[in-house]
Amino acid sequence: MADLRVRIAGVEFPNPVIAASGTYGNGECYTDLYPISKLGGISCKGMTIEPKLGNPPPRIAETYSGILNSVGLQNIGVHGFIDFYLPTLKEEGNVIIANVAGATIDDYIAAAKALDASSVDMIELNISCPNVKAGGATWGVTPEGAAAVTKAVRRATSKPLIVKLTPNVTDITVIAKAVESEGADAISLINTLLGMRIDIRTRRPILRNNMGGLSGQAIFPVAVRMVRQCYKAVNIPIIGMGGISTWEDAVEMMLAGACAVQIGTAIFSDPYSPLKVIDGIGEYMDKNGIKELSEIVGQCEEW
Amino acid sequence: MFYCGKYPIIEKEQIATGVYSYVIDAPELAREAQAGQFANITAPNFTLRRPISICGIDKQRGTLRFVFEVRGKGTEAISELKKGDNLDVIAPLGNGFRIPENQRVIVVGGGIGVPPLLGVSSITGKLCTAILGFRDSSKIILKDDFKANGTNTIICTDDGSAGIKGTVTFALAEALEENNAAAVLACGPMPMLKAVAKMCEVYKVPCQVSLEQRMGCGVGACVVCTCMTVRNGKEFYSRVCKEGPVFNAEEVRFDG
Repeated sequence: MADLRVRIAGVEFPNPVIAASGTYGNGECYTDLYPISKLGGISCKGMTIEPKLGNPPPRIAETYSGILNSVGLQNIGVHGFIDFYLPTLKEEGNVIIANVAGATIDDYIAAAKALDASSVDMIELNISCPNVKAGGATWGVTPEGAAAVTKAVRRATSKPLIVKLTPNVTDITVIAKAVESEGADAISLINTLLGMRIDIRTRRPILRNNMGGLSGQAIFPVAVRMVRQCYKAVNIPIIGMGGISTWEDAVEMMLAGACAVQIGTAIFSDPYSPLKVIDGIGEYMDKNGIKELSEIVGQCEEW
Repeated sequence: MFYCGKYPIIEKEQIATGVYSYVIDAPELAREAQAGQFANITAPNFTLRRPISICGIDKQRGTLRFVFEVRGKGTEAISELKKGDNLDVIAPLGNGFRIPENQRVIVVGGGIGVPPLLGVSSITGKLCTAILGFRDSSKIILKDDFKANGTNTIICTDDGSAGIKGTVTFALAEALEENNAAAVLACGPMPMLKAVAKMCEVYKVPCQVSLEQRMGCGVGACVVCTCMTVRNGKEFYSRVCKEGPVFNAEEVRFDG
């Protein structure tokens, strides 16, 4: 059996498949189906220092091979997460990643400080949520904003720091380089692409927030392209995501340059999809004599 | 406890224009399921599953029944499945109706909100009064199923083409006057639920409403299917899939 372990920023994952933030709650929702310790890691529901109400519904719309969502970071706050969810989550033994968002730099600092004293394994800095007016992606769309948040959070915590990037920019490599230079240990990409659907009968947007983030299979090639571009631009590890639903997608993402992958929307279609991806990667490695995944990361041979 | 798997369709019937009834062979689901819970069902070739209420639970036979209406392309894809095909479901999900034991209940259903109430009628039988509203006589579904349970079944239609002409609220007021119901359980369009809840408030009868919302995961993970609720004076968004789909009416902000 192939060795599926991967190491990112000094943290060892039992396998390279992580549940993406916002699609897996705080690990409590799928325990009826399988032990969540089977996953390499879980990126928890995006959290803010104070609890957040979220956007009015409807918050979801189906699109061609994907979905739009506009949740707006509804969450119980960092302290609620630490008190209610983290103790049970930590018993599972896989990697627990706290996904953190904020409106101001002070919000990010406060959240990072609170988490620094907790047992989370890593912090994923969400500077890419398209569904909140203040904060979120407003930090992630300029290199200056991305650098400023990364720098501030880097000082506030010694936890390994992943910065999650938005695809809604002209050149993602500029942002990737900016966060790398301010001390990010890794980057994860891509968050959702900003989109919109309109009901032709009512002439109203389907989402109450008018616009929302596009995810699912539809965005996979965009994600592969951006992971590839970032792989060539930075030296820190990349966690690839965006429309991955099969083990073939995961391998493709790794060939583009990802050390590990996150699976999100595919879980809604098939809650078992992360496990199928893990098994598929293992069989692929065995069949091709691959001893460890580092042998394939970034090994796409471009024309 | 819920399951995710593929279960064979052993009966399929079209019971009205665009309304289908499926029975699946799923013993473990039937064992766990309660009236008012739902299943998140795969629509072939779509990303999102479609939440469909459980209409019937036969624990002895080990079957579940779903009755759903074709609303869009996703439900249309589900309706194209045939007897013998597998239905890919996550179920049973959410909180069902809390049915008072050995007491009178009134169920109020509007259109495609009627199916989840049949499970209540199955349990409460003669103690149940069902007030079922439809647009016109061609839209009436499940009337005989309610009657077969011994339930007093009152039909209302908007155009008077069958039963009482008008909305369910008139018939509900009458039923509340006549019998000392311990609870009113309702499912249907939001304006109907709002009117039912208001009526129950007047008569001081506890009311439970089953809500609908565009849904993602169905198990509480994605937090998209919310409705505005209030508890202890504090407003917050509850998940229809997890805290619901059945809520105490006084906790629901119908305009939120």
